Amino acid sequence: MIAPWQEGCDPLELPTEMGGRVCSVGLILLAALLGGCGQVVDPNEPSGFIQIKGSDTMVNAVQKISEEFMKDYPYVFVAVTGGGSGVGIASLINRSCEVAAASREMSPKEIELARKRGVEPVEHLVAFDGVAVIVNKANPVDRLTIRQLHDIFTGKVSNWGDLGGKDLPIVTLSREVSSGTHMYFKERVIHLSAKDSTEEFSSSTLMLSSSQGIVEEVAGNEAAIGYLGMGYTSDRTKSVWVADEDQYFPPTAEYVMSKKYPLARGLYFYTNGQPQGVGRLLLDFTLSPKGQRQFIETGFVPVGVTIAQGDN
Amino acid sequence: MRRAITERIIETCIRLSGLVVILFVVLVFLFLLKDAVLLFGHYPLGQFLLGTKWLPISEPPSFGIIPLLIGSLYVTAGAIVLCVPVGVISAMFIAEVAPGPLKGILKSLVEILASIPSVVLGFIGLVWLGPFLKDLLGLRTGQCGLTGSLLLAFMALPTIISISEDALASVPKAFKEAAYGLGATRWQTLWRICLPAASSGIIAAVMLGIGRVIGETMVVMMVTGNSPVIPRSITQALRTLTATIASEMGEAVSGSEHYYALFAVGLVLFISTFLINLVADAFLRRARQ
Repeated sequence: MIAPWQEGCDPLELPTEMGGRVCSVGLILLAALLGGCGQVVDPNEPSGFIQIKGSDTMVNAVQKISEEFMKDYPYVFVAVTGGGSGVGIASLINRSCEVAAASREMSPKEIELARKRGVEPVEHLVAFDGVAVIVNKANPVDRLTIRQLHDIFTGKVSNWGDLGGKDLPIVTLSREVSSGTHMYFKERVIHLSAKDSTEEFSSSTLMLSSSQGIVEEVAGNEAAIGYLGMGYTSDRTKSVWVADEDQYFPPTAEYVMSKKYPLARGLYFYTNGQPQGVGRLLLDFTLSPKGQRQFIETGFVPVGVTIAQGDN
Repeated sequence: MRRAITERIIETCIRLSGLVVILFVVLVFLFLLKDAVLLFGHYPLGQFLLGTKWLPISEPPSFGIIPLLIGSLYVTAGAIVLCVPVGVISAMFIAEVAPGPLKGILKSLVEILASIPSVVLGFIGLVWLGPFLKDLLGLRTGQCGLTGSLLLAFMALPTIISISEDALASVPKAFKEAAYGLGATRWQTLWRICLPAASSGIIAAVMLGIGRVIGETMVVMMVTGNSPVIPRSITQALRTLTATIASEMGEAVSGSEHYYALFAVGLVLFISTFLINLVADAFLRRARQ
């Protein structure tokens, strides 16, 4: 092939037809690839990528927050994945996510492991949640004490008849061990908050891999009892009123906020060190009235009481 | 000369691919072993193999594999009991009894059956089959070993049917003609001539089906309830080896005891499938002789 300029044509003009075609195909491909990577970034706007992983309890709320956040900061991409608080914390330690969403506090063992890997976990309380105990709608039992829950889930009481219900063997449902709700429930109900307790869920407890699975089973099984984050309760199941001593309260935002409902806990974001840049923006957004409203809309309780009252 | 070289190259290629397969198996084994062995620095091997409690996040944790092993055994055995007779009989029907057009339709339907993703079957099990079985048999819950076995049997059927059918179809025509010539009925021919003649192929089909069943994860995780209890019957909720690895791997921090324990579970799974294959192979050889 003779180079075009040797023939005296303008070198800027396209060379041979063949070369031109290859070139334009290349350009299109390049453009497509670049297009896939994202739009042209405005240098004055914050940009970046944040991966949030963890709690299934929080996943809907966090998803909504990330959507709102991306509306405000169009050049930041936030990806949200569930799997359970344990999954999020493990990912933070393995450095495969920027933010771990957790419906429980990190255990001393996990913090130690993280530090060994050079990860300094920093805890941020982002909302509160009540753990609702749900039963089938046909189940006449609608009030239980923590002690009774303890007996049910450890297998000491195994028939609804003993609790004033029908003569049916109780089917206990739990989340998998990767769930923060599982850990919380274990500590609060199975161990009755005693640090040295070695009691376990009764071994016949069904371990379901999602909160939705628990709703399905309770809705379809008259003898079933399960627990889940307040945000997952629906009118297909019945939430029982729970008492620590003798006063029973339903799992509602009001009683969680006033700390009267006994099964309440914090929801957390964990980051590696104090968050910087877009991570900081996300955290600030989560704690802002707009971010907190997403928690309210998905059935959780915001951290700032004033915000809640303003929006309710 | 040139032909000899070509032959040589092709031969080497074939030998190499054979060796690569062996290498992969060995590497997978070593990879599992490397991480599994680390568990036994912290946790005694005897307690792992004979322990009856699987409590990975308790203080102190216990990693007893017996409940998981028995769970896997129950589900697999249940599935085999259900799918082997049905599969072999369907294969007999398709190969020998069904008229031409029906044969074609059935064969393609079986192939479609094979292409249903396991998560879809799991979903059907969760929302329909489980509750149905619960009401039908008056069980405590529909999330139990039986639901898993039924779905797994369904998954293994296409493998068993297609391979058995191939084996039956390849029985030499002369065998059948000789049988008919001696005055045997169609059933006698099918049962006493074709089936024994195709037995090695059918055993291979069954073994491949078992292989599929024992390694299946998604379905059992979704429908068997996952209680780490030693099941006394198949209608109880149980937990299998595969479901344990799948549901706990995500939260096990790499380098923790729990993480190594899951590798050890993987190793046990690997060794048991290996043994099954070994036994199957021995049977196949005996059948051929």
